[in-house]
Amino acid sequence: MAHAPEPDPAASGLGDERPKWDNKAQYLLSCIGFAVGLGNIWRFPYLCQTYGGGAFLIPYVIALVFEGIPIFHVELAIGQRLRKGSVGVWTAISPYLSGVGLGCVTLSFLISLYYNTIVAWVLWYLLNSFQHPLPWSSCPPDLNRTGFVEECQGSSAVSYFWYRQTLNITADINDSGSIQWWLLICLAASWAVVYMCVIRGIETTGKVIYFTALFPYLVLTIFLIRGLTLPGATKGLIYLFTPNMHILQNPRVWLDAATQIFFSLSLAFGGHIAFASYNSPRNDCQKDAVVIALVNSMTSLYASIAVFSVLGFKATNDYEHCLDRNILSLINEFDFPEQSISRDDYPAVLMHLNATWPKRVAQLPLKACLLEDFLDKSASGPGLAFIVFTETVLHMPGAPVWAVLFFGMLFTLGLSTMFGTVEAVITPLLDVGVLPRWVPKEALTGLVCLVCFLSATCFTLQSGNYWLEIFDNFAASLNLLMLAFLEVVGVVYVYGMKRFCDDIAWMTGRRPSPYWRLTWRVVSPLLLLTIFVAYIILLFWKPLSYKAWNPKYELFPSRQEKLYPGWVRAACVLLSLLPVLWVPVAALAQLLTRRRWTWRDRDARPDTDMRLDTDTRPDTDTRPDTDTR
Amino acid sequence: MAKADLSAAWIFFFLTLPCVFHPERMLWLLFFLVSAIHAELCQPGAENAFKVRLSIRTALGDKAYAWDTNEEYLFKAMVAFSMRKVPNREATEISHVLLCNVTQRVSFWFVVTDPSKNHTLPAVEVQSAIRMNKNRINNAFFLNDQTLEFLKIPSTLAPPMDPSVPIWIIIFGVIFCIVIVAIALLILSGIWQRRRKNKEPSEVDDAEDKCENMITIENGIPSDPLDMKGGHINDAFMTEDERLTPL
Repeated sequence: MAHAPEPDPAASGLGDERPKWDNKAQYLLSCIGFAVGLGNIWRFPYLCQTYGGGAFLIPYVIALVFEGIPIFHVELAIGQRLRKGSVGVWTAISPYLSGVGLGCVTLSFLISLYYNTIVAWVLWYLLNSFQHPLPWSSCPPDLNRTGFVEECQGSSAVSYFWYRQTLNITADINDSGSIQWWLLICLAASWAVVYMCVIRGIETTGKVIYFTALFPYLVLTIFLIRGLTLPGATKGLIYLFTPNMHILQNPRVWLDAATQIFFSLSLAFGGHIAFASYNSPRNDCQKDAVVIALVNSMTSLYASIAVFSVLGFKATNDYEHCLDRNILSLINEFDFPEQSISRDDYPAVLMHLNATWPKRVAQLPLKACLLEDFLDKSASGPGLAFIVFTETVLHMPGAPVWAVLFFGMLFTLGLSTMFGTVEAVITPLLDVGVLPRWVPKEALTGLVCLVCFLSATCFTLQSGNYWLEIFDNFAASLNLLMLAFLEVVGVVYVYGMKRFCDDIAWMTGRRPSPYWRLTWRVVSPLLLLTIFVAYIILLFWKPLSYKAWNPKYELFPSRQEKLYPGWVRAACVLLSLLPVLWVPVAALAQLLTRRRWTWRDRDARPDTDMRLDTDTRPDTDTRPDTDTR
Repeated sequence: MAKADLSAAWIFFFLTLPCVFHPERMLWLLFFLVSAIHAELCQPGAENAFKVRLSIRTALGDKAYAWDTNEEYLFKAMVAFSMRKVPNREATEISHVLLCNVTQRVSFWFVVTDPSKNHTLPAVEVQSAIRMNKNRINNAFFLNDQTLEFLKIPSTLAPPMDPSVPIWIIIFGVIFCIVIVAIALLILSGIWQRRRKNKEPSEVDDAEDKCENMITIENGIPSDPLDMKGGHINDAFMTEDERLTPL
C-alpha cells in the first residue's frame, strides 16, 4: 500500500467528528437530486426535439462517456479522499490552486441566487394552482368590461399571466421598475424552505432528500401514464424520436450535447465534492459516479417521453381548435346548420366554397392549420414550464390537480438542486472556519441564506427576468467550463496521476482502468477546451442582445430584440470573469506570502521551508509528476 | 321605401274598390299591406336591425331543442320584456318585435317597432335594453354569451370573481407558518442538544484541564504526563486486517 491511512484532517479543523451520511442511500439520493434538476425537464427534451430526435442521443452518449462520467469521478474522488469542501480540497492539492476552490464557492453563490428565484416563480405558480378555474385560463376584463385587457387580447391569457401578473415585466432592461411584493414573499418562502432543509447540513438534508429526490419520479410516472392516454400523444412521441441522422453533420449539435451533459451533471459547482467529503473514505466512488451519471441521463430520457406525450396532446388540441375556428367562420358566413362540417370534410368544403364564392371566402380570417407547425412550436427553459405546459394543463380534465402536481414536481426538483448548491457554499466556509468555533452551524447556515436572499431581491424587480437570463448565460456557463478544466488539469498534472490512482485504489480497492486514465489525461481536458472556445465564439459572435416583452412593439406578441446597453455589457463581462479571477489572484497571493516567509525565515532560521506548507501532505509542491504510465 | 309601397297598396285598393267591396278580400288586402310594411322594416342590414346567432347544439349537445316558431315567440317575448324595462317604452308588445331571415344556422334579424308600427326604435335604445337583460335572455334559452350572440351588441363581461383574500395568499400563509415553526423547532432542539453535550463532559473536562496544566518541561522539551483518559489504542499493534480472532 502506497500510503498509510492518515488521521482525519477534518478532525483537527472542526473539533468534532466530520458529519456522516446516515446510509449510502442518502448520499446517492443527494447526488442524484443535485444532478437532476429543472434542466432535465425543460432543456433536454427541447434539445432532443430540435436536433433530430433519436439521433441526438448519439452525441449525448458520447459526451457522457468521454466527458461527463470522468470529470464526475474526479470530483467525487477528491472530495472523498481529502474530506473537505472545495476550498480545502484545492488548498490540499496545491496552495497555488486554492483559487479554484474559491472560484467554485463564488460561482455556487451566484448560481444559488438566480436558481432559487426560479424556484420562487415555481412556488408562485404552485400556490396559484389551488383554484378552479386556474387564473391563467382567461383574460381579465378591461375597465369598462366590454372586452378583455388589450395586452392579453393581443398575446394570450397564459402569456399575460406570466409576463404581466407574475413578473410585471418592463419593456427595457434599463427600466428597473419596482420590487414586486408577491415575488419577494415567494422568494423569502423559498429561502426559508432551503434554510429549513440545510440548517444542520447533511443531518437535515439527508432526511428531506428522500422526499425531494423521489417525488419528481412519482409525478413523472403519473404524467407519463396520463400523457400516453391523451389523444395525440403518440404523434408527439413519434415526432420527438424520429431520428434525423443528417443533423449530426452540424457541429452545433455536438457542442450542445457536450454542454448539456456538463451542466446536467452539475459539475464544477463544488457540491459533489462537498457531498462526497461526508462519505467514509473507503467507499467505491467509481461505481457511484457511473451510477449517478446514468441515473441522471435516464431521468432526462424518461422526462422527455412524459413531456412530449403531453406536448403531442397540446399540438393536436391546438390543431383541432384551429380547424374548428375555421369551420365556425365558414358556418357563420354561409349560415350552414351548426356542426354540419366535420374536421375531415373541411378541406373539400373549403375548396367547393372557394370555387363558388371566392370573394366571400377570401375576406374570412381563415388560418392554415398544419399539425407539424404546432408540433414544431417547441420551447425550452421557463417558457416551457410557465407558458406551454400551463396552457396544456388547461385542456386536461381536472386542470388544477395536474397543475399542482407539475409545479410541485418542479419545486422539489429545484429544491434538491438548491441543497447541493448551498452545501457547496457552506461546507467550504465551515472547513475554513470563517466564523469562530462557538458559533453554531445553524447560525452560519442562516447567515448564508439571509445574505443570498437579500442579494437575490434584485431579481424581484420588474426587469428581474432580463437579469436572470444574463446570470444564466454569462455567470454560469463560462465559469463552470473554465473551473472544470482547471479541476481536471489540476488533479491530473499538479496532484499527479500516479498519486491520484493510488488514492482511488486505496478507496475502491482497484486501480482505475486505462479508460479512466486516458479520459482524464487527454480526452476530457481537450473536450472542455474545445467547448469553452466554441462557447466564447458563439456568445460573442454577434452583439449581445436580449428579447424584451414590449406591448407597444409593432410585431407584438413577438418579443422585441434589443441590444444590451454599455453598462449591462460591462456587468456581463464582470460576471464571466469574477469567479475565475480567484485562481490567478489566489496563486499570486500564495506566491507573495511564500516569498515573504522565505525572506523572513532566511534571516531567522535557514531551513524551515517545509514547515510552512498549509496542506496536509508535506511533499505537495516539491514532488514532481512521476507517472510514467 | 315603406311609403312607396304604401302608396302602391293604396292605388291598388282604389283601383279595385268599385268591384271588390267584399269583407274577406278587404282583410286579405289589409294583410298584404301589413306584411309589406313589416317586410320592409325587418330586412338584413336594415336600419336599427340586429342580427342574432344561436349555437344551440354547441351549447346543449344531445339536449338541443329544435328552433321553431314557438321559440321565436319566446324570443320576441324576451325582447319585448327587455324593452318594457326602458323608461318611455313600457307599452312595447310582442307584436312590435319583428323577426326575419331565419336560417338553418339558426340566425335571424330582428327589429323593434314603435306602437304605430311605422318606425323602428333607435338602435341605441334596443342595444342598452338587451345589454341590461342579457343574462335573463340567455337563461331563457339555456345559452350563454358565446352561444347566443347579438352581433353589434357587445355583452358586458362578468366581473372577475375576486374573493376578498386571494386563495394563494391563504395557502402561502399556511406553508410559511409551518416552515417558520419547523425552523424554530430545529434551532431550539439544536440548542438543547448542545447544552446537554456541554453538561455531561464538563466534569471529565475539568480533570483533563488539570492534567494538561501539569505539562512539565524537562530539558527544554515538553513531556506528556501520564495519560488519564483511559485505554488508548497503540497504533503499533493495531493493523488494518485483524488476523487474530477476537477473544
